[in-house]
Amino acid sequence: MKIGSHRTRRGADATRKPTLAVFKLASCDGCQLAILDCEDELLALSGAVEVANFAEASRAIQKGPYDISLVEGSVTTPHDAERIHEIRRQSRTLITIGACATAGGIQALRNFTDVAELARAVYASPDYLSTLSKSTPIVEHVFVDYQLRGCPIDKRQLLEVLTAFLHGRKPAVSTASVCLECKRRGTPCVMVAHGTPCLGPVTQAGCGAICPAYDRGCYACFGPAETANTASVATLWGAMGAAAPDLVRAFRTFNAAAEPFRRESELHERTPG
Amino acid sequence: MGFSERETLVVDANAPGAIVSALNRAGFEVIGPTVESGSVVYGPISTGENLPRGFTDTQEPGHYRLNPHADGSYFGYVVGPHSWKRYLHPPAVRLFAARREGKGFALEAQPQEAPPRAFFGVRPCELAAIARQDRIFLGGAQPDPTYRTNREGAFLVAVQCGRAGGTCFCASMGTGPRAAAGFDLALTELSDGGRHEFVVEIGSPRGRDILAKVPHRLATEDDLNAAAAVTARAQAGMGRSLEAEGLPKALLAGLESPRWETTAARCLSCANCTMVCPTCFCTTVEDTTDLTGDHAERWRRWDSCFTLDFSYIHGGAVRRTTASRYRQWLTHKFATWFEQFGESGCVGCGRCITWCPAGIDVTEEARAFRTGSAPKERT
Repeated sequence: MKIGSHRTRRGADATRKPTLAVFKLASCDGCQLAILDCEDELLALSGAVEVANFAEASRAIQKGPYDISLVEGSVTTPHDAERIHEIRRQSRTLITIGACATAGGIQALRNFTDVAELARAVYASPDYLSTLSKSTPIVEHVFVDYQLRGCPIDKRQLLEVLTAFLHGRKPAVSTASVCLECKRRGTPCVMVAHGTPCLGPVTQAGCGAICPAYDRGCYACFGPAETANTASVATLWGAMGAAAPDLVRAFRTFNAAAEPFRRESELHERTPG
Repeated sequence: MGFSERETLVVDANAPGAIVSALNRAGFEVIGPTVESGSVVYGPISTGENLPRGFTDTQEPGHYRLNPHADGSYFGYVVGPHSWKRYLHPPAVRLFAARREGKGFALEAQPQEAPPRAFFGVRPCELAAIARQDRIFLGGAQPDPTYRTNREGAFLVAVQCGRAGGTCFCASMGTGPRAAAGFDLALTELSDGGRHEFVVEIGSPRGRDILAKVPHRLATEDDLNAAAAVTARAQAGMGRSLEAEGLPKALLAGLESPRWETTAARCLSCANCTMVCPTCFCTTVEDTTDLTGDHAERWRRWDSCFTLDFSYIHGGAVRRTTASRYRQWLTHKFATWFEQFGESGCVGCGRCITWCPAGIDVTEEARAFRTGSAPKERT
């Protein structure tokens, strides 16, 4: 990953603010909303960048190229697969945001089944559909400068990443487990103290360990943590009463196609019973 | 004030609340055990009512449950997921701030302030852990200002243990269940046969001053014997044991043992053991800026040898496998800590065993290396 400062690189035109564009492919818009959810920081953000293309926020759309593009959503159609190349061409820095863009999203459940069959079941005239057999993350199509996880992303992390890119420094975004956030926060472990199945040990930090703070297990919204030992967690879940289909469902949510989760869910799909 | 520092007193069952009130009146913020989400944690308490009276805990590898206990005792449980390092060596500390000034920048030192705090219910293993961290943070040429500020004024009310938990092994580590020193006051709860009183040892002049405000009488020989019997009971009921003698050598002789891989298959590399450990002290440093770039801050956060970033140097992380990270932790705790600090890094509190979701038991790991059931070399 190469990080350059947009502040220092823009050369002679020192008054121009870096331009920001926001694009979406197959997604629910929730990650874009995290930008608008920045509320208290929105003024500072609009002071630091020129929002040049953000359809969810304004009809005033400027032409590219853009200094920083945020892309949410996964590639699910032939049109998306072409469009992402055009977005890449228009973007000096391309940052993918959210589970769809970084792992294929919930719509990657299609990767485990036959899309044509699904289309026949849902649509009266499936012939009108032009769709791909798999939902794939952006990074499988174009070079991505940075991937920000989460379903949805965490607005503090988004601001941190934008700030880091604007000033040419490394974003302070940990790839370690949710357990660290839980423990720093002082939340007692829901697995140990309650016997509640939790995916925290194999999930990347970033949300602030919200669910365990409310006595719920982690749902792995931020995808696999570095060196995720999914097999060990599956064994622990089994001891808490989870059967193979429960494990398949647990690993197949927003980050179903992320490699460690995909592999683990397929293992349990093959488990009889 | 009819007693000296060296004397031992007896107070009644209302004394915990009275001591908390006396500490409050003396200007201390009192931090003590409270129940949160089914666990005994350490948080601010303002009256004796906040104390988890009538509870006991069941602790096994990867398992903790808090249950009601009929005898109404104040300290029927042992240590929970929190330790006092949360207050002495907080999870996140701002080290300094900086602001842009012309072509340079100005540094703003972080003010070192801490309210005078009293830690209520510190167990003997925890006193030992605080002593270990004292050596780490205050023992060198560059004392840690945050730790020093938090530690210097802290008033310690110890509780001698009357019961050992299922994962306790302080007796093996020589850190409990009775503490001889390191406290301002130490309570031993006597709650047998209809009796409910506390024997109080005075550890400092300010301890004496606080206790003078609580109704008390001088302890008799019988009271002292009863208190000794309480900790003897805990001593006899240790859930676990660890043979520390010769362990450093055994561990360092087994650095290439396949046992590390066996344990790594279960290890989640989640860092929970290091987070709950009362002596683990590692941190990472994060620099942040605001959107304008005119303000920067440097933060220190709890980190763990179980993260990849922890061993990241130019070119990548040095300890990439879970086996190498687990080995690093266990050998540091039980072997190389001696080289670094002249003592063991483990106080036998058992937290890493209880709070490991996978239930990895350090006493079992240590035994495997000592008895040779962990082969030395890969075959």
